[in-house]
Amino acid sequence: MTITEKILAAHAGRDKVSAGELINAKVDLILANDITAPISITEFKKTGAKEVFDKDRVALIPDHFAPQKDIKAAEQCKMLKDFSREHNLGLYFEVGRMGVEHALLPEQGLVVPGDLVIGADSHTCTYGALGAFSTGVGSTDVASAMATGECWFKVPESMKFIYYGKLNRWVSGKDLILHTIGDIGVDGALYRAMEFEGETISSLKMSGRLTMCNMAIEAGGKNGIIVPDKITEDYVKGRAKRGYKFYASDKDAAYVEIKEYDCSKILPTVSCPHLPSNTKPAADLSSVSIDQVVVGSCTNGRIEDLREAAEIIKGKKVSPNTRMIVIPATQQIFLQAVKEGLAEIFVNADAVFSTPTCGPCLGGHMGILAKGERAIATTNRNFVGRMGHPESEVYLSNPAVAAASAILGRIGTPEEVI
Amino acid sequence: MILKGKVWKFGNNIDTDAIIPARYLNTSDPKELAKHIMEDADKDFPSKVRAGDLIVAEANFGCGSSREHAPIAIKAAGIQAVVAKSFARIFYRNAFNIGLPIFESEEASGRIKEGDEIEVDADGGVIKNITKGEKYTAKPIPPFMQELISAGGLIEWTKRRIKAS
Repeated sequence: MTITEKILAAHAGRDKVSAGELINAKVDLILANDITAPISITEFKKTGAKEVFDKDRVALIPDHFAPQKDIKAAEQCKMLKDFSREHNLGLYFEVGRMGVEHALLPEQGLVVPGDLVIGADSHTCTYGALGAFSTGVGSTDVASAMATGECWFKVPESMKFIYYGKLNRWVSGKDLILHTIGDIGVDGALYRAMEFEGETISSLKMSGRLTMCNMAIEAGGKNGIIVPDKITEDYVKGRAKRGYKFYASDKDAAYVEIKEYDCSKILPTVSCPHLPSNTKPAADLSSVSIDQVVVGSCTNGRIEDLREAAEIIKGKKVSPNTRMIVIPATQQIFLQAVKEGLAEIFVNADAVFSTPTCGPCLGGHMGILAKGERAIATTNRNFVGRMGHPESEVYLSNPAVAAASAILGRIGTPEEVI
Repeated sequence: MILKGKVWKFGNNIDTDAIIPARYLNTSDPKELAKHIMEDADKDFPSKVRAGDLIVAEANFGCGSSREHAPIAIKAAGIQAVVAKSFARIFYRNAFNIGLPIFESEEASGRIKEGDEIEVDADGGVIKNITKGEKYTAKPIPPFMQELISAGGLIEWTKRRIKAS
């Protein structure tokens, strides 16, 4: 069996499962945010359940339109707070404690290797980086699971992605996953598990692994997953709030397709409007002017991402024609960035340094594009209207390319500014 | 159940931001969401669509975010069903969970044009194109999903399970 099949089998109380089977499995953690939880809460009440299945395994995180951007958003956030109080939930994160959900939960050791996690947010697939099975579902799925502690799944077929070769300078996990999506397309892994492995992955830091698994959904994947190793152990040690288990794929595990990538050939990569699969090398896009740069999100808002952007922009200025918005994904990252002097570097470069929020990534607040404006962002989607006006444009990149583009006022590579 | 109506046609990779842009997600009121249905794919769509119409799209319909607001908005706009070559995974789950009839058919997706009048036999999975006088078959719905449909959606199904336990 693959690691995905093993985790699903273990949570379904089975010795074995195979691709295509429909199973009912126990979940270790359920999450929802200020956009999706209100529907979950309303639907949960309809199930007739008096209590949630486990008050310490339901995480409600207001992060999308929080800090509360308007009255309606505030009403939605308040529903999370009220429900959390009513049910005495242990994992409600008020503004000041919250962070972007998929950065916050791994950081706090609330998702661990071997877990089965569902979340009413498509980027729940992030935690596969820890060797967990995690996938995005709808609000009603979350409502049902909050009541029963279980969820139905179709066991996905697995696709293996093998990465070898040395990474070029300024190429990171983001470039590997954008390159992969560019290769297979936005439905290239539809309904499938995406298992990432190979020598390049073995030496990739946890931050890069989280970025890769985070964007599995952008290829239509059900989950992204990496077999845990020493890097995983080092990351979870001292954080994990629960016991964890390392699963590995068997040598004879079945894969529906195997893809191999020579990473020495992968350059800093940018996804052009309006699909994440529309990829080009950053170096080929130097005629594209940029109005706004965003560094942040569940994809690239971790401390390593901020360090990478700061390294490029230190001692320089954002182009006068451009605005740059840096959003650490959690309170801990925010504080760390202040301590390391990164916040100062950004502010001195004329960028803004924001409190954690999903904000502009989904066109919520904190940096919305006007008609005709163009952004480069370290976020995950560049669909029509994703960051604002339907006639605005979003390009996706890694933090180093985003920072270089901020200095240049157009898309550029780190080499051009260093 | 027979679902008969006029078709609005969409292309590949219609994402949930196109179905209901995130800027409207500070509410989950179905009526409010329906006012902006498919707005970023076709800004006139909310004023053109009529209750009883159907959507036919190409591959990967509903890709992107997990927002259940997308199938909710489609349903609240009075759209009876969505037929596509394929659906993104979370949208597929959400549609069954909330009771929006969806059908996968490569042939129907390829042959049906905007403005065609079609008739979908939800139980048999047969899609009739009245305008063209053609018939297509939808992929069979897995037994578990049929169970969800006959229960009236995931919440009713869960309610029964809780009662039985």
